[in-house]
Amino acid sequence: MPAAAAVREAPKTGEVMLDIDQVRQAYPRGPSNTLLVLDGVSLKLKSGEIVGLLGRSGSGKSSLLRIIAGLARPVDGKVTWRGRPLVGPSDGIAMVFQSFALFPWLTVLENVEIGLEPLGVPAAERRTRSLEAIDLIGLDGFENAYPKELSGGMRQRVGFARALVVHPELLLMDEPFSALDVLTAETLRTDLIELWTEGKLPLRSILIVTHNIEEAVLMCDRVIIFAANPGRIAAEVRIDLKHPRNRDDPAFRALVDDIYVRMTKPLEAAARAAQQAAAAAHGGMGIILPDVSTNDLAGLMETLFGDFDGKADLPELADDLSMEVDELFPLAETLQLFGLAEIASGDIRLTEIGRRFVESDVDQRKRLFGEQLLARVPIAALIRRVLDERPSHRAPYRRFSEELEDFMSEDAADETLSAVITWGRYAEVFAYDEQSQAFSLENPE
Amino acid sequence: MAGLQPSLAILRSRRLLPSVWDVLVFGLVIGLLALIAFGGHETLQPLAVANRRPVSLNPVNLPYYALRTTLRMLAGLVFSFLFTFIYGALAQKSRRAEMILIPMLDILQSVPVIAFATFTLAFFLNLFPGNVIGAELAAVFEVFCAQAWNMAFSFYQSLKTVPRDLSDVSDSLRLGGWRRFWTLEAPFAAPGLIWNAMMSMSGAWFFVVVSEAISVGKTTITLPGIGSYVALAIDQKNLGAIGWAILVMLVVILIYDQLLFRPLVAWSEKFRVELSAASGPPPQSWLLDFIQRARLAQNLFKPFQVLADRVVRFRTPYKVATPQIVTEVWSSRWMDYVWIGLIVASSLAAAWFAISFMRTEIGLTDVAVTVGYGFITLVRVLVLIALASLIWVPIGVWVGLRPKWAERIQPVAQFLAAFPNNLFFPVAVVTIVRFNGLPDVWLSPLMILGTQWYILFNVIAGASAFPNDLLEAAASFKLKGWAWWSKVALPGIFPYYVTGAITASGGAWNASIVAEVVSWGKTRLEAHGLGAYIADATARGDTQRVVLGVAVMSVFVVLLNRLVWRRLFDFASRRLALN
Repeated sequence: MPAAAAVREAPKTGEVMLDIDQVRQAYPRGPSNTLLVLDGVSLKLKSGEIVGLLGRSGSGKSSLLRIIAGLARPVDGKVTWRGRPLVGPSDGIAMVFQSFALFPWLTVLENVEIGLEPLGVPAAERRTRSLEAIDLIGLDGFENAYPKELSGGMRQRVGFARALVVHPELLLMDEPFSALDVLTAETLRTDLIELWTEGKLPLRSILIVTHNIEEAVLMCDRVIIFAANPGRIAAEVRIDLKHPRNRDDPAFRALVDDIYVRMTKPLEAAARAAQQAAAAAHGGMGIILPDVSTNDLAGLMETLFGDFDGKADLPELADDLSMEVDELFPLAETLQLFGLAEIASGDIRLTEIGRRFVESDVDQRKRLFGEQLLARVPIAALIRRVLDERPSHRAPYRRFSEELEDFMSEDAADETLSAVITWGRYAEVFAYDEQSQAFSLENPE
Repeated sequence: MAGLQPSLAILRSRRLLPSVWDVLVFGLVIGLLALIAFGGHETLQPLAVANRRPVSLNPVNLPYYALRTTLRMLAGLVFSFLFTFIYGALAQKSRRAEMILIPMLDILQSVPVIAFATFTLAFFLNLFPGNVIGAELAAVFEVFCAQAWNMAFSFYQSLKTVPRDLSDVSDSLRLGGWRRFWTLEAPFAAPGLIWNAMMSMSGAWFFVVVSEAISVGKTTITLPGIGSYVALAIDQKNLGAIGWAILVMLVVILIYDQLLFRPLVAWSEKFRVELSAASGPPPQSWLLDFIQRARLAQNLFKPFQVLADRVVRFRTPYKVATPQIVTEVWSSRWMDYVWIGLIVASSLAAAWFAISFMRTEIGLTDVAVTVGYGFITLVRVLVLIALASLIWVPIGVWVGLRPKWAERIQPVAQFLAAFPNNLFFPVAVVTIVRFNGLPDVWLSPLMILGTQWYILFNVIAGASAFPNDLLEAAASFKLKGWAWWSKVALPGIFPYYVTGAITASGGAWNASIVAEVVSWGKTRLEAHGLGAYIADATARGDTQRVVLGVAVMSVFVVLLNRLVWRRLFDFASRRLALN
């Protein structure tokens, strides 16, 4: 096996390899409920391009990747790979996992070789091809090490080698760098892009799932932005910058800002929808609340007030707090829900109440937070009202979870109640006893 | 033996209350056992087998007897592994099989081990008429029954918790079912499986010793082995011979541990999935080090490795294409109804069969009497667990908090747990007879003689794993005396204690059949209880009453597990787990 065999000419562009047409995906939730995770997703993947699927967790981008990998079947829609319907794990598609997914009991070499076995490649060729892949990805000398002896970055390199050894045409990557520290992730990204632009990878196309906006802009030729509930394509952004790309390049920053704005759009829409829903018949009970801690909320407001004078660009704020979109957005959303901050065109701004909160002491903060909670979170208001009305001032968890389950899945109801319990405890508007699974008004002395 | 986290597989099941399903499966299991017992009984001739080479009390013969006993243990272990792989894989791959196989394990686990031998002895003897192999198989089957259920459950649990990403990558690489089993599932399950095999070994030693000299009605089996040696010594009131047997047994278990289980446990560490370093030093084995370092040993193992490689790499298709219509019909709801109908029908048939055979001999009063005996034994078990806890919990905490001591005492406790303590019974009988003790009281401690060590070594493990910063925090607040015990030590070790106590309780029920009736020459001591009831019925060959006794005991064990132990275990893992 000459090493040159693995090296192809610069990837030819333009030919459609993968065609996704109106794909829907849903999972059963309980006997009658289903959770719709992808709705009407259409996407064409051409040879010679790196495409990024960008979105918050729960936007269905990983579900789409699993469908392409043949690990899941969509409930509706067509997926065509190289002109044929895709019905399972297919020739020419390989995948890199977020958690590396290495077999701990196999050495680096064995972990790579196993990719070739099901293809019926003879033992000697398996060995040479695996050594080539290990060589290419920079793992020389680690052939006989076990994964637990390697650092995270090295482990992910094994993951890459295992995927590349089968000489796939399409490489799928599911947040491949998010389990790594910042430096390691950057090195790995740069190495990968370098191999790609030099045409050393035995690949024709790469599809990468990420929630990191800068990563997407750094690597991809095209970024598809997903919106959540249900997962669907919200926007598409072309990135024509030449590799290697520079994060400080104004054009780069402009693209990052643009994507931020596009990703916050659904946020604003969601907030409006929530307000409308609150006015509607069932009193806003259908909002799924993220379980964020009051410490984080207060910390975010303090940073906004202290470092940014009450108003900040979301990407800058994320950078300042070294937070990912996934961590920042639920916090921002919750502040907006409480009327403590407002989000508009990629910016976040503290409201008057938000400013008052930051300037208050602990007890005043709790009172303020409690007032906002009861005024703006219908389920919290309901819990308080029921507790006030009952002579015993006690009510079981199920009383409220069942009410929520009329509007959302069981998991979502649990998460929402968990959030409300955290906030209610902080504001001391009600108490909750985990042992007896009951809300009450009594606060322990 | 390794000081790993205690994680008895059988405890992981989440259901608490017995369901209709359990009742059905219970009927099926007991019915089938009764079927085998009665079927064998019908054709049972007074088979005078296996006495061609009478056992002699000359200690020179003991190594040979020990070898025979050990071979039975090994054979049982091999069968247990085979069974585990097939049963566990079946339960995991097929939802319909799972519906019945898993509750069945739960019931099988509660049936006293010795009962399997009584029920199946005639069956095995008839399998090879006039040949000693039948009796050998019965003894091996006993070893199997002491280990297989727990191992199968552990394996099933592991298969259920195979990490999603590794499962995905196996699919994505299109590993066939066979390759996937050996690349992913078996290695992932290995640490838990080997640990559970080791933990159930003590029961296996106990019952292999019992089953080497067993009488069911007119049939008496004597297989050359340590058990029959001890039985003869009891018959001839030879205390010296008993001493020799205990000594040889000690050596055998030590060798078994050093040459088999310690290397296996140390080797299985390789298969732990947590990529980060485990807490505490990994288990070591000099034999494994030797094999892995010495070239000679490696060459010795080479042919096996090559063979194993060949077997493992045998390629099976990733997915077999079945016509759409077949898949649809097979996975339709109607097939489920057919399947459930089949199970219900066979359970009812088995139960009806058992009841109709029992009715010829047994009335409702018999049932009431048996349940009464059950309560006596229940009281015994609970009192003994309480006493053992009072003694061993404080000692275990004290030892566990001192690493130097724990290091030395832990192996001893585990060793004592593995020792077939029925070898000590004659000593106890002699003592009771000498001091004219009341059998109903003084025979009781024998039930817990072997299983109390589980409480001790689990508590030691718990106290050793107790986070040091919490201890220091307690010390800085000057917590002492009862406050320290109730707020720090006891909650900290509780999850471990419950694990130990459950094992001890299960072992005590099992041992009651052997411990409530003991003899020394012509002297026979008998306590009142369900164990004695079953033992007597077995000796008389009264199959109906054996079945009744075993069924009642199984119900007691299942209810005690569900209503008490599992609730405590759930509470412990929910509220008091320290991670």
